[in-house]
Amino acid sequence: MDKIKVAHYINQFFAGIGGEEKTDVGPAWRYGPIGPGIALQAALGEEGEVVSTIFCGDNYFNQNLDKAKEQVFSFVAQASPDILVAGPAFDAGRYGLACAHVCTTVAERLNIPVVSGMHLQNPGVELCRRLTYIVESGESAAAMRRVTAVMAGLALKLGRGDQIGPPAAEGYIPRGVRRNVLVDKNPGQRAVEMLLKKLKGESFVTELPLPTFSPVPPPSAIHDLRDAVLALVTEAGVVPKGNPDRLEWTRATKWIKYDIAGIDDLTGDAYTSAHGMAAGKFADEDPDRLLPLDVLREMEKENVFKKLLDHYYVTVGNGTSVESATKYAHEIAKELLAQGVDAVVLTGT
Amino acid sequence: MERAGIPGVLITALPDLAQRVGANRIVAGVRMPHPVGDPSLPLEKERALRRRIVETALKALQTEVGEPTVFIVAKSGP
Repeated sequence: MDKIKVAHYINQFFAGIGGEEKTDVGPAWRYGPIGPGIALQAALGEEGEVVSTIFCGDNYFNQNLDKAKEQVFSFVAQASPDILVAGPAFDAGRYGLACAHVCTTVAERLNIPVVSGMHLQNPGVELCRRLTYIVESGESAAAMRRVTAVMAGLALKLGRGDQIGPPAAEGYIPRGVRRNVLVDKNPGQRAVEMLLKKLKGESFVTELPLPTFSPVPPPSAIHDLRDAVLALVTEAGVVPKGNPDRLEWTRATKWIKYDIAGIDDLTGDAYTSAHGMAAGKFADEDPDRLLPLDVLREMEKENVFKKLLDHYYVTVGNGTSVESATKYAHEIAKELLAQGVDAVVLTGT
Repeated sequence: MERAGIPGVLITALPDLAQRVGANRIVAGVRMPHPVGDPSLPLEKERALRRRIVETALKALQTEVGEPTVFIVAKSGP
């Protein structure tokens, strides 16, 4: 059998170009393994070969995101690998983000398996964990050898087309994928067993981890509202009549923004709610019940605050995962910041 | 959005839930299908209620909070 061809993405530091002073260097590539790629190659053994190493400065990558992604992608594609390995990035945020973007781009466009290594808290994890087998690396690069060995093991399995086991067994961060497996006890039996263990104070493993909410420190209050630009954001699904962009009534796959410049009042002739629970009826009678545009316009005219942003942002929270909601908020926040928004009024059903 | 540094106020009919999951500034809205309105009121009164809710929300934005805090809307206008 042919060797499994591996392309390896690393940053400028691990490529031996330099540290913090070299984070602005653009993407480049070399044949064969470099730096951590040497341990990776050793772990791949005879079965796999690091055919190409692509590297880039972390600042360059993150500051020239679209361009860097494109350049790195073309270097990866040119190696026509069977697998991409990126990192490990440990707890390095910029490096982790770069790895995550490379993994996502390559997985989506080359349709090959991608493997990385990161600390669970690395911001790159959220960005790419659905598409990437990310080995939980811990924070310290001292674990390089151990982590690259696990990454190499996964890369070989994926390259051979072997079935990959569950995250805990294989050492990767859960991708949010559920696979059906046959077990010998029905759900009732399993639930009661878990409950008994819980009551006895024994450890047990849940089959359905609840979403965790990481607290956000409250930002400072607005000091002078008369100087503040406000934005309206809602998860109540308020959309123009007919829902032209087909916002889902549940498990929304997107957020949308709608222009409200010059509109003083939302009327049921023009707007409705796509929200599954928001009982469209109340919205059809008066959408201001979900999105208080009328009152905010009134207060804007009274100079209670400086200005209401010219569009509002909408999604549907009903059944939408915390992960998706976090992603939408992140994207919306980026737009709001760019438009100088000082505070957000968010209505939820 | 707050993680990005933009303070927000959440108007919701489920303030306890919002508090539990860590929204920092919360205003207790009317009911789930109409957080900033009340179809059982005559239009004028409903609008006045909405104004009070939004005023409470803007007051919340101007209030320093150290943890998830629920702001209650006054029953009738000032």
